[in-house]
Amino acid sequence: MGSLELRNVTKVFGKTEIIKGIDLSVKDGEFVVFVGPSGCGKSTLLRMIAGLEDVTSGAVVLDGQDVTAVAPAKRGIAMVFQSYALYPHLTVRDNMGLALRQAGAPRSEIAQAVGRASAMLALDPYLERRPAELSGGQRQRVAIGRAIVRTPSLFLFDEPLSNLDAALRVATRIEIARLHRELGATMIYVTHDQVEAMTLADRIVVLRAGQVEQVGRPMELYNDPANTFVAGFIGSPRMNFLKGAALGESADTVGVRPEHLAISRQGNAIPGTVSHVEKLGGETLVYVRSEVHGLLTVRLFGEQDFSVDEAVQLTPEPPRSLRFDAAGRRLR
Amino acid sequence: MRARSQPGRSIAAHAILIAYTLIALFPVWVIVINSFKSRRAIFAQPLAIPTPETWDLVGYTTVLENGDFFGYFLNSLTVTVASLFFVLLFGAMAAFALSEYRFRGNMLVGLYLALGIMIPIRLGTVAILQMMVAAGLVNTLTALILVYTAQGLPLAVFILSEFMRNVSDDLKNAGRMDGLSEYAIFFRLVLPLVRPAMATVAVFTMIPIWNDLWFPLILAPSEDTKTITLGSQVFIGQFVTNWNAVLAALSLAIVPVLILYLIFSRQLIRGITAGAVK
Repeated sequence: MGSLELRNVTKVFGKTEIIKGIDLSVKDGEFVVFVGPSGCGKSTLLRMIAGLEDVTSGAVVLDGQDVTAVAPAKRGIAMVFQSYALYPHLTVRDNMGLALRQAGAPRSEIAQAVGRASAMLALDPYLERRPAELSGGQRQRVAIGRAIVRTPSLFLFDEPLSNLDAALRVATRIEIARLHRELGATMIYVTHDQVEAMTLADRIVVLRAGQVEQVGRPMELYNDPANTFVAGFIGSPRMNFLKGAALGESADTVGVRPEHLAISRQGNAIPGTVSHVEKLGGETLVYVRSEVHGLLTVRLFGEQDFSVDEAVQLTPEPPRSLRFDAAGRRLR
Repeated sequence: MRARSQPGRSIAAHAILIAYTLIALFPVWVIVINSFKSRRAIFAQPLAIPTPETWDLVGYTTVLENGDFFGYFLNSLTVTVASLFFVLLFGAMAAFALSEYRFRGNMLVGLYLALGIMIPIRLGTVAILQMMVAAGLVNTLTALILVYTAQGLPLAVFILSEFMRNVSDDLKNAGRMDGLSEYAIFFRLVLPLVRPAMATVAVFTMIPIWNDLWFPLILAPSEDTKTITLGSQVFIGQFVTNWNAVLAALSLAIVPVLILYLIFSRQLIRGITAGAVK
């Protein structure tokens, strides 16, 4: 019980069209990630699903029922916010129990639901504390706990990890993935971080300027992007875009991922000079400036020695190159 | 937090602050000490503190015997507290609407409400008096409460809407997701968070109302509705002024407003420094 369908939804603020007609269906139990650069409308779209923003036209359908005009609290949706948004004057226990109390649930049921959620998130020692007495990671766990308590059919996450430090972000990411397996609920997650998108999602929705660029499984988007935007957005470091004409190709642009670009000191493929080297231990990133193609990234396994200003030759692996036309569309 | 500046600068800063405090408190001090002195002593040595020879409570006895002083007190307190309540309630509600909801003319309404800060309400005294006469509210405390509420609202709306804009949207949205009504969001989430701003507004609203002589004199000069400021005027005559009584009345009038101020002041300091220290 948690399928969602968006039917040609749009959102207009004044004269600006923020969301330009989006169709999407999310199956029960699926983990869908909305990803895109800032300002692409992903958070607005999430708020429209939650009912916090009005839908200008189109319909939001939950479990087969049109909820476009239904109040947020009546949709059976829970949301986790970027800034945690805990009630500062309530204890952790009351924060988690508020929604059920508002819905008029009996005291025993609230206590049980809060107990279950706090056990799941290891929040038991903090139940009597106020949000101000918790660390950032703990606050975000309380915010997630507040969502779980309501046993919603649909969870919405609005960049929940952005305010956490790097180590905590990885830990909380794993926690969210575990919760998704345990609860089996449908989750929609908004982020601008493509690593979060790749690691968490069953399906990724790539948005740009209020439109869906591509929807697919993480590896589909990685290996088979529909256009240069998706190809450039998914994958880190970013895909290299080479000029087709200079390679003797009919395509306008040829996309090659950094790991599919071979580097050598001899040969006569694409000449360039090393402009920067990043050694990460497990891998080495070499940035090469080419006269024709601009700055290119090469990803090498293990520790490799290249020095700045060294002249090198790059060779793309032909079967792994993606070809795009002048408008950025993929040529298949 | 301790400033890391040189001791010389902090001494200079404190000297300025102390000097200002002394200057500001001096008139109050003179009123209070002279209220305990005999008439002759007030004029002979106005700055001397009362000694056993000059000690005289005649001012206070006159005040308590002449006129219904407790009645005036109660009138002042009723008017101030009721006006304060309405200013804070309506001001906060208007501020919430202006800062939270997008609607046509939002900016214009905000500007219109802020205009009242710049245009003194006394300019409209004649029209207000005509309205009160027509409504049959002359010589009632209601008239004063209505006028003071109108007088306090512009600044209240202006300050509170600035503060409410800073309350996190996520928090209000979380409340909406949890099924809180807009009223519950306003009263239970937003108001507690802008409490320091409310205290600031309360103090700025309260003091001019308590001290006002103009509107009580025009709208409610009857014996039953006199406020303390107006009541003290009976001792200021055209030819003879009973200084003992005036000073005693003013000293007494300071007390309630001081108590109200102390209640709000802890919050007030937080309101003034909010945003500066975070």
